[in-house]
Amino acid sequence: MNGLAAHEVTVAYGRQTVLDRASIHIGPGETVGLRGPSGCGKSTLVRVLALLHRPDDGHVSIDGNPVTGARYRVAAAVRTRIGVLFQSPRSAADPRLSLADIIAEPLRATKAERIQDRVVELAYTAGLTTDLLRRQPHAVSDGQLQRACLARALAHRPDYLLCDEATTMLDASTQAHVAAVITDHQHRHGTGVLLITHDPALMHRWAHRVIDWPPDQAAPATAVEHADHH
Amino acid sequence: MPRKRRLRPLSWLRPGTRGAALAAVVLATAILACLLVPLLWPLDQSAVALDRINQPPTWTHPAGTDDLGRDVAHRTLYGLRVSLLIGAVAALVATLIGGAVGAVAGTVGGWTDRILMRIVDTVAALPHLLLGIFIVAMLRPSLGAVILSIGLTHWLSTARIVRAELLSLRTRPFIDAAISGGASRVRVLTRHLLPHVLPRMALATTLMVPHAVWHETALSFLGLGLPPHLASLGNMINDGQRSLLTGAWWASLTPGLAIVVVTLAIAAVAAHWRDRLDPRVRAELQL
Repeated sequence: MNGLAAHEVTVAYGRQTVLDRASIHIGPGETVGLRGPSGCGKSTLVRVLALLHRPDDGHVSIDGNPVTGARYRVAAAVRTRIGVLFQSPRSAADPRLSLADIIAEPLRATKAERIQDRVVELAYTAGLTTDLLRRQPHAVSDGQLQRACLARALAHRPDYLLCDEATTMLDASTQAHVAAVITDHQHRHGTGVLLITHDPALMHRWAHRVIDWPPDQAAPATAVEHADHH
Repeated sequence: MPRKRRLRPLSWLRPGTRGAALAAVVLATAILACLLVPLLWPLDQSAVALDRINQPPTWTHPAGTDDLGRDVAHRTLYGLRVSLLIGAVAALVATLIGGAVGAVAGTVGGWTDRILMRIVDTVAALPHLLLGIFIVAMLRPSLGAVILSIGLTHWLSTARIVRAELLSLRTRPFIDAAISGGASRVRVLTRHLLPHVLPRMALATTLMVPHAVWHETALSFLGLGLPPHLASLGNMINDGQRSLLTGAWWASLTPGLAIVVVTLAIAAVAAHWRDRLDPRVRAELQL
């Protein structure tokens, strides 16, 4: 089956079980909304799906191929198929690097070609002017920094993009722009998007399907089907 | 709108940092003197002049002569040279050992981390001057023995600093973002982790230099440091105390003052640097 999926994933920190046999599926080109109270394991689910945290039980599969291990143990070519947009751009950006370096970092890590051109192109897509690219994170606003993080997340044209409350800290216009950039990317590349947000309007406008988290273990099919809003 | 202030070279000379500027000038003068003295005013380490022993300060001998007729000012410069060399190299050795242990403990984690940190705790529980004396006593008195003795007993704090820094960095989302972007373990270490840790390691090294100078002095004073004919600050103070009872205070005063002034200058410069390293202070300076 095509798509990014977690199968019966269990994650515990010490004695506290954060995810208990949780499953989720994000199809290509689909936007899946995920909502639930704080601390219910949404972010942990994102880390598991992004291959940044190895679940204690269960596994993640990409287009039907199970992935073993996490972080460095997963081949870079597999890791880069999944992009992540974190909630706080401040902590998701290396404070030492300029915005241009932050965007170029994934391209340099995988020794991509035409890095300079790609950075300018990605910055333009994300709505960053070239004079901002030379600045370091402390000299730009949260919104500008999140745009740089978005450009970085799209650098490898990921097949799946996980947005962990990525627009929560942004002003309305930046929020709309980030959403528009992601939707546009989705239309052009058929990207599957997981959207975590507390904003009901954004969720309603954007998500094809909304899942309430944590899912009721007795009745696993609590997904709310929405009509296609696009 | 607040006026935008750019970070300029020499901005540390602003009022309020004059103490640090003065310390930097003192330190630069001392280092320059140490570098130039063998070229301008070479010293025969084993030469004695028994016709002018224990002379008080005069224009020809501004810091007097010691009980073997040697010029105290001249030997103090040479002693400072040796002490600073030992201090710097020993601090560097300690930082390299501590940095390596801290980096392994902080990046590998698990059992490796636990075992390494217990070793650190165990060594830290021993009195380090005693341990240093033990190491130096097993070797022949030489520059290398003193450096090794100080280096092997002073790496613990650096190991702890580097480990703690790496542990806190490792969980930061920007490391996750780098991994997600396809960065290898080596790339994350060299591109994201070490650049954050290196300034702190450099600071720890600098703060250790005065401490290492004091240790060299202490070891030489105890007769365990350098061979007695070599001019080192510790040797000179040790020699000078023989003349103290006869009233020749100058033989130990000048080397003693040299240690105090130079180590305080290094410490002041390092403290100023530490304050600037604080990201909040740095952001204020740059914005």
